Amino acid sequence: MAIKLPIYMDNHATTPVDQRVVDAMLPYFHEKFGNAASRNHSFGWAAEEAVENARAQIARLINATPKEIIFTSGATESNNLAIKGAAEMYREKGNHIITQVIEHKAVLDTCKRLEKYGYEVTYLPVGKDGRIDLDDLQRAITPKTILISIMYANNEIGVIQPIQEIGKIAKEKGILFHTDGVQALGKIPVDVQRDNIDMISLTAHKLYGPKGVGALYVRRRNPRVQLSAQIDGGGHERGMRSGTLNVPGIVGFGKAAELCQNEMAEESIRLRGLRDRLKDTIFSKLDEVYINGSMTHRLPHNINISFAFVEGESLLMGINDVAVSSGSACTSATLEPSYVLKALGVGEDLAHTSIRFGLGRFNTQEEVDYVTNRVIEVVQRLRELSPLYEMAKEGIDLSKMNWKAAAEH
Amino acid sequence: MAYSDKVVDHYEHPRNVGSLPKDDPNVGTGLVGAPECGDVMRLQMKINPDTQIIEEAKFKTFGCGSAIASSSLATEWVKGKTVAEALAISNTDIVRELSLPPVKIHCSVLAEDAIKAAIEDWKKKKEVSAPAANATAGN
Repeated sequence: MAIKLPIYMDNHATTPVDQRVVDAMLPYFHEKFGNAASRNHSFGWAAEEAVENARAQIARLINATPKEIIFTSGATESNNLAIKGAAEMYREKGNHIITQVIEHKAVLDTCKRLEKYGYEVTYLPVGKDGRIDLDDLQRAITPKTILISIMYANNEIGVIQPIQEIGKIAKEKGILFHTDGVQALGKIPVDVQRDNIDMISLTAHKLYGPKGVGALYVRRRNPRVQLSAQIDGGGHERGMRSGTLNVPGIVGFGKAAELCQNEMAEESIRLRGLRDRLKDTIFSKLDEVYINGSMTHRLPHNINISFAFVEGESLLMGINDVAVSSGSACTSATLEPSYVLKALGVGEDLAHTSIRFGLGRFNTQEEVDYVTNRVIEVVQRLRELSPLYEMAKEGIDLSKMNWKAAAEH
Repeated sequence: MAYSDKVVDHYEHPRNVGSLPKDDPNVGTGLVGAPECGDVMRLQMKINPDTQIIEEAKFKTFGCGSAIASSSLATEWVKGKTVAEALAISNTDIVRELSLPPVKIHCSVLAEDAIKAAIEDWKKKKEVSAPAANATAGN
């Protein structure tokens, strides 16, 4: 089978919309275009019915009830609503929030803003494996703690946090537990009852649905979570999120969730196999390669590898017919290497050499083999060009070199 | 990020990759940058002590495409030049030739530093080797 280039292997950033999802959405643009809030004619009723159907499909995927699903514009909004909404609502109970250092910026920046308003935030560290220590969490809890926000799985390294244990601790202490679930949803089983999750942020475009639509699960029983709305208006979505619903997007989100529900078990085995094939071949052909984060507690479609002595951006340039991403500073807007890798204790020298592979539903074995071979070929070529590789091979300890003196030479 | 055609050309066909014997008294080695910063360049030149002409130049670079291109270009430019002419090469010449965007200017600065460091190393070796024959040169 001929391979179509370029190959997309950056499915943590976004995913293509599944054709079956597109087909489900299409009628809701032109024929069934009604406003789901129009209560007095058939156009509105058709839209409302479609929305309620999608709500049920999404609820089923996380073992929730449909009424607990609040639609938003995406996970960034869901994270903002969950954290700011809870902080505002429970201000009298306390002002302390616990999160961790490798959260997505949508959580970190939201917490930073709350700090300006007088809230106190504890940012738990992570170990070399990328997971928080539950003892650290226990110790961080104070009588003022109102919310714990820890992501389900990380977007760069795919590491899955001990969610069930965190949920249990939060429940015992009577603290709300929010999790950013965007990378986990539809990839591994998520169960808000089993995991004691009070709020989970979700988005459609990471599970083969459209961009611009997300949801927040807000628990209604045991405990009943209340949130201060962050967007005021017509009181849609149980008053928690006003604004006309994005009906086609929501229909697509629902369909995407249903497909994941039906296919996740099989798909995750297939992707894990392909991911391991990629990893094993790279490790058999190249020396000085390192996996970032836990291999045990990891999403099946993710791998994040540092290729020592080869700068990430130059590697991406060499594999320009493959879409992956790098933790190198040169590829970030801030010119700083990945804060996630830094938090794991990965040295900056190795952070610059990291590549994230995010496999997805539409990747084939042929594509994986092509990408693997291209990466190996380019790494070998760039190492021929790398003074660091030559020095390391000569037995020079690069960490003991006085680079500043070398630079000032 | 889009790269200029010249950067791509140097990246795909780097000129003068390799090493020169660093203990040769006529070879100057410049090693600049740091792994934590994501750029390390090593530029070596073999300089004729009588004519002061740079007869050979080699490089190896750890860094982005622009860093590789800047050092590759530097070896091309210094070859055949005198030491004085090579010292006159400025980073802005490299920026212009490769059409580097503002975020990549530091790559050109590093290449200029590498040229100067290599020549400095060569000069130091000459001073050491002039009075004493058995002196060893470090980098």
